[in-house]
Amino acid sequence: MIDALVLTILMTSVPLILAATGELVVERSGVLNLGLEGMMLMGAVSAFALTYVSGSLLVGLLAGVISGCLTAAIFGFFVLGLATNQVATGLALTIFGTGLSGLIGSDFVGKAIEGLPTVFPETLSNMSFIGVFFALDAIAYLSVFIALLVWIFLFKSKYGLVLRACGISHNSAHSLGYKVLTVRWCSILFGGMMAGLGGAYLPLMLTPHWSEGMTSGRGWIALALVVFASWMPSRIIYGAILFGAITIMQLAGQARGWTIPPQFLSSLPYIATIFVLVLISSKGTAKYLAPSDLTRPFISSK
Amino acid sequence: MKNNRFIIFAGLLAIIAVVFYFATNVDQVEDKETKMKVAFVYLTNPGDHGWTYAHEVGRQQVQEHFGDKVETSYVENVPEGPDATRVIRELAQNGNDMIFTTSFGYMEPTLKVAKEFPNIKFDHITGYMRAENMATGNIRFYEGRYVQGVVAGLTTKSNKIGYVAAFPIPEVIQGINSFAQGLKSVNKDATISVVWANTWYDPVKEGDAAKVLIAEGADVLAQHTDSPAMLQTAEKSGVFGFGQSSDMHEFAPSAQLFASVNNWGPYYISQIQKALDGSWTTGEGPDHWAGNTWKGLSEDFLVLTDFKNMPSNVAKAAQEARDGIANGSINIFSGPMMDNEGNQILASGEVLDDGGLWAMNYYVDGVIGKIPN
Repeated sequence: MIDALVLTILMTSVPLILAATGELVVERSGVLNLGLEGMMLMGAVSAFALTYVSGSLLVGLLAGVISGCLTAAIFGFFVLGLATNQVATGLALTIFGTGLSGLIGSDFVGKAIEGLPTVFPETLSNMSFIGVFFALDAIAYLSVFIALLVWIFLFKSKYGLVLRACGISHNSAHSLGYKVLTVRWCSILFGGMMAGLGGAYLPLMLTPHWSEGMTSGRGWIALALVVFASWMPSRIIYGAILFGAITIMQLAGQARGWTIPPQFLSSLPYIATIFVLVLISSKGTAKYLAPSDLTRPFISSK
Repeated sequence: MKNNRFIIFAGLLAIIAVVFYFATNVDQVEDKETKMKVAFVYLTNPGDHGWTYAHEVGRQQVQEHFGDKVETSYVENVPEGPDATRVIRELAQNGNDMIFTTSFGYMEPTLKVAKEFPNIKFDHITGYMRAENMATGNIRFYEGRYVQGVVAGLTTKSNKIGYVAAFPIPEVIQGINSFAQGLKSVNKDATISVVWANTWYDPVKEGDAAKVLIAEGADVLAQHTDSPAMLQTAEKSGVFGFGQSSDMHEFAPSAQLFASVNNWGPYYISQIQKALDGSWTTGEGPDHWAGNTWKGLSEDFLVLTDFKNMPSNVAKAAQEARDGIANGSINIFSGPMMDNEGNQILASGEVLDDGGLWAMNYYVDGVIGKIPN
């Protein structure tokens, strides 16, 4: 019984880990992409459509990643190529992605597919206590692995240092000879791929069907999660599992007849995020603060 | 550079405008002067496979029934609120004779426009406000849930039923209580655990709620939310469930026991026929109660899909329950009836009237927990 609950919590947190890890890299490079929800929806609809048509989950996953990347490229073209306001462009991208995914997906409503298989044989996943950690699908393991890689990249490699420098002061990075726009392009495209993959996880694994707007605000939770994690990759994993646990526990609490109002528990992730925001800004240490050039467009003065 | 940016933004806005145009296009079917023009306002895309889809099927039945005499059109993806007022007013200005607004949240917008256009007939679905030219249509959805309760009671082995619900409003509570009445009529030991998703539509959360209920031991699931996610979860976990609003057997071929399907066609056809005859009315008195149509299984406003994935004796009991409600021999809320805290709601021989149905703020005996405020 507990195993099943833990498994549900882990699976619910996978799309959050993926989308938030991508967004973390984007924000670390100094760009705020509020279009997560739109990119996730584009990833979700492409993944479902291609899986349905081709019958191959791998093709579907790739389609999700690529369409997330392409949607992010639209965003990159505006905010980097034309130095538009990042907040407004990101919001427009969410509206655009929601509308376009609905249009593309209208032919696929009411169709069902087979979801992703688990990786390990049942003998492993049936073990008590630790079995649940062997009961997941490949994308779930991949999501944790990617978060780990991102941490190594950002804090243990030279390129990660350059990327963070672009986020803290793009003028300094530029005067040292680093290509700020190239770095930001790469991070935006990576963010799009992660959001696309996170979106694809919904129709391929969690609920194997497509329906309009099926992310239902998970893109916004992922954005909150980046702040909650104070821009640290490892905390994204704890945070996603914590957010997932709050959601699932409020459902389980109701099933058991607990008397805590479910509306209060539903709002806990947001309250926790605000709490963290207050905590990190009162702490004042630069390490926990947002990249200082976040949302500031870079215009090179050639 | 600045100019460039402006042009690009204008371009972006244009793209968005085009997308919105496609998302809320008006689908005009044909245009002739003598025909009666009827318009429908939809909350979502008819391809949602749920609530709006059922209305679209009703509209198509209207078109088929009346042929050349009536011209129908619809506007889809209309958000509840000020946008709805604008769309309804536009439809009124475009010469429609009758307008059906098909979601609870259109109630006040419809009322507002109805007062501006006294010669146009407005028909609002599932509300409670009426006017001289605004009637209300509704389906007794809860009747199907009694039959679900009967089937659940005979199917469950763990005697635990899971129920995924949207919001604690009277309509949803009617459904839970009706389900419980059906359940208790065949199985005194079974109980219902309700999980409130606090949303009509969030596939992932609905699926999670189902997983949680299954983890807590439920082996039959019911839902009052809109996506097929709960049934898909049931299918995967080898438990049973019921479809919502439309037949969902494609999502859960071995888990769906049956679905209650909303059948709006007969209501639309009878209302339009009355309008053509000149007998359409919203009734007398301040509340125009006579203009309120609220029918269920007896008039085929609610139809049940084939009983599947169950032994023949269960299917037989389900059919008997359905027929009993349709012919009036089963009264779902009749005394003695207790709430789940031991208070008597109805004494032996008493029957709950429609007013009592809309005032439900308690769980009947057999449901676990308390209704959240």
